[in-house]
Amino acid sequence: MAELKTKERMQIPRHDMPEQEPHQRATNFEEVNLGYSIEIAMEEAERCIRCKNPVCVDGCPVSVKIPEFIKMIADGKFDEAAEILKTDNALPAVCGRVCPQEEQCEAVCVLAKKGKPVAIGYLERFAADWQRKHSNLKHAHVQQKTGKKVAIVGGGPAGLSCAGDLIQMGHDVTVFEALHEIGGVLVYGIPEFRLPKEIVRAEVDALHELGVEFVTNYVIGLTETIEELQARFDAIFIGVGAGLPYFLNVPGEHLNGVYSSNEFLTRVNLMKAYDFPNNVTPIYDLKDKNVAVFGGGNTAMDAVRTSKRMGAKRAMICYRRTEKEMPARVEEIKHAKEEGIEFMLLVAPLELVGDDNGVLRAIKLQQMELGEPDSSGRRRPVPIKDAIEEIPVDAVVIAIGNGSNPIISQTTPELIVNKWGNILVDESNMKTNMKGIFAGGDIVTGGATVILAMGAGRTAAKAIDDYLKNPETW
Amino acid sequence: MNKILEAKFIGPDIKLFKIDAPKIALKQKAGQFIILRIAENGERIPLTIADSHKEEGWITLIVQGIGATTKALNQLEAGDFVRDLVGPLGQASHIENFGTAVSIGGGVGTAIAYPTAKALKAAGNKVISIIGGRSKQHVILENELAATSDEVYPCTDDGSYGFHGFVTQKLQQLLDSGEKIDFVLAIGPIPMMSAVAEVTRPHGIKTVVSLNPVMVDGTGMCGGCRAYVDGKQVFVCVDGPEFDAHQVDFKILQQRNRTYGIQEQAALEAHMCNIDVVYNEELKNKKIAESI
Repeated sequence: MAELKTKERMQIPRHDMPEQEPHQRATNFEEVNLGYSIEIAMEEAERCIRCKNPVCVDGCPVSVKIPEFIKMIADGKFDEAAEILKTDNALPAVCGRVCPQEEQCEAVCVLAKKGKPVAIGYLERFAADWQRKHSNLKHAHVQQKTGKKVAIVGGGPAGLSCAGDLIQMGHDVTVFEALHEIGGVLVYGIPEFRLPKEIVRAEVDALHELGVEFVTNYVIGLTETIEELQARFDAIFIGVGAGLPYFLNVPGEHLNGVYSSNEFLTRVNLMKAYDFPNNVTPIYDLKDKNVAVFGGGNTAMDAVRTSKRMGAKRAMICYRRTEKEMPARVEEIKHAKEEGIEFMLLVAPLELVGDDNGVLRAIKLQQMELGEPDSSGRRRPVPIKDAIEEIPVDAVVIAIGNGSNPIISQTTPELIVNKWGNILVDESNMKTNMKGIFAGGDIVTGGATVILAMGAGRTAAKAIDDYLKNPETW
Repeated sequence: MNKILEAKFIGPDIKLFKIDAPKIALKQKAGQFIILRIAENGERIPLTIADSHKEEGWITLIVQGIGATTKALNQLEAGDFVRDLVGPLGQASHIENFGTAVSIGGGVGTAIAYPTAKALKAAGNKVISIIGGRSKQHVILENELAATSDEVYPCTDDGSYGFHGFVTQKLQQLLDSGEKIDFVLAIGPIPMMSAVAEVTRPHGIKTVVSLNPVMVDGTGMCGGCRAYVDGKQVFVCVDGPEFDAHQVDFKILQQRNRTYGIQEQAALEAHMCNIDVVYNEELKNKKIAESI
């Protein structure tokens, strides 16, 4: 194609993501988004006006060289596009699927000022998928070995991103994971229909090919302490995630049928309870049942859409504020609505009601209205007097976030954490108060996103590299 | 994968496994547990570590075949492998010299009580062990406990061996005879632990039980194992598994453990042959790989 003028580029409309039909996908666990074809991807890539000063790169927590990889797609050089992605992002096929692009790179895209931004996320996904399916090219380039050894605690997004950078810098990297599979929230939390496990596995395999060692079924703090790791490794990165679910603190949370989103999603995703009894892990039979999910984030959307796929008759989101305040990605909310998920907004849980056998049978909700703005500027929901309703449900999933997991802090008394148990770090380099020990991701920030955890992993990797080269300056 | 070094039945459907697990053996303290998974399609189940050997690098587990997974597990033999094994998990038992400590085990609960009884003895306590079982062959670890206890009282429901009656009746008898008891550890079926708590409550004897709720990850992540102690929610996997028996809400514990009654029955029926097939396929490959 001849070189286009900026004006011509801006006339190309943004390409929608091809999707499974809602009525069809609401009954299966296959991926909702089908991905761009080569033709669509190349045309979408032509929409990028190749700004001299690409603000999209600043909008990306891991600073992917966005215009460069998009130009490669426009030129039909898909392998090269994927290679550019991989120099900054250890998990492009994952990020192309789960990043909130509308708040990051696409939010600042110059085209968004007058129309729709370039579909950066969809293009990222396209390049990574193309390479995984079509290319034998070895990924990224590993620098000369340094002989330095780094332990990564936790095989989730923060740890994998940190491992990906460190291995390319020439260090020996070992990732320790408590569960039997690598990926953290990518394998136990995010459902198959949004992020197929096969893709996580392929990205983990790619890291393994680069030389990253993976040790599963290994709980740092219990199987081996941080102190013992210090004797074996030159530096340590802690990225264990949040991993201690919050409950609502209302009566009835002990009832059978009440789940944390972590438990509900782990059973379905990691343990494949949707395929019970071929997989032995059980879960509540949700066929023709009513399910209420408390929360308004991506995890709540994942849980409610999962229950729909498990056959639920009514699958409801119960959220305290309005849709505008929901932290979930726009696409997840849209998909949920298309699939027939009910949104009950401005409601707060008062009680989970059980029968005589301790089995959940209903939820009692308080209706709210928006009151005066609070200190954060958001209008606070306040209860409407006497507006209480009881809704019959068979299962409740609580998706309101996570506290910090206590295992590392309890077994590493020297490590300084705040009053919520989050590890304190210097945010410029992710170093903790202990020499040679760095931390990042949800264990530092509290529950956040995959990409922010990956950004923290990258920042830490850069600092660890410097620490290993000049330990005396740290 | 972890290799099974030894496997033998020590009671009806009760099997003892000695498993190669050097890292876990090195760290294990009385009261801690592991989570294992025997097949790719398998569930994760928690089992308390009955014994371990730091130098030789093994742990022992005692398993009663009740559900799909435990029954399939009990078909494994020495030389077979456990696919996933993680631990040691949970808090160790709180051990001190209380004076006279009574360790009560009901059924396979005896296996869980054993390491703690051993540790209590090592800490200088006078240890009295009470072992309960439905009938003689359900009384396990009597010799092992005899070696580490000052007195051992086997009890059977049917009177086929030892004291004829429940462990709580034996405990009551000891109290009535004027034995001064300072500490009681009770591990077994929930009704038994709850009954022991009621026997010791009027005497104000410190009593500890080990809880066995539904669990998935075992590291605090899923919250499925939540129990209620002194009116507060706890996660048994990271806060326990041992708690003050006088504070535990046994009714909720019992009710929550019934969550998957229907599914467990279905899994049992569907899997008695299937698991074996899946497992053996994997096992065969592993054995072949080892022999090369």
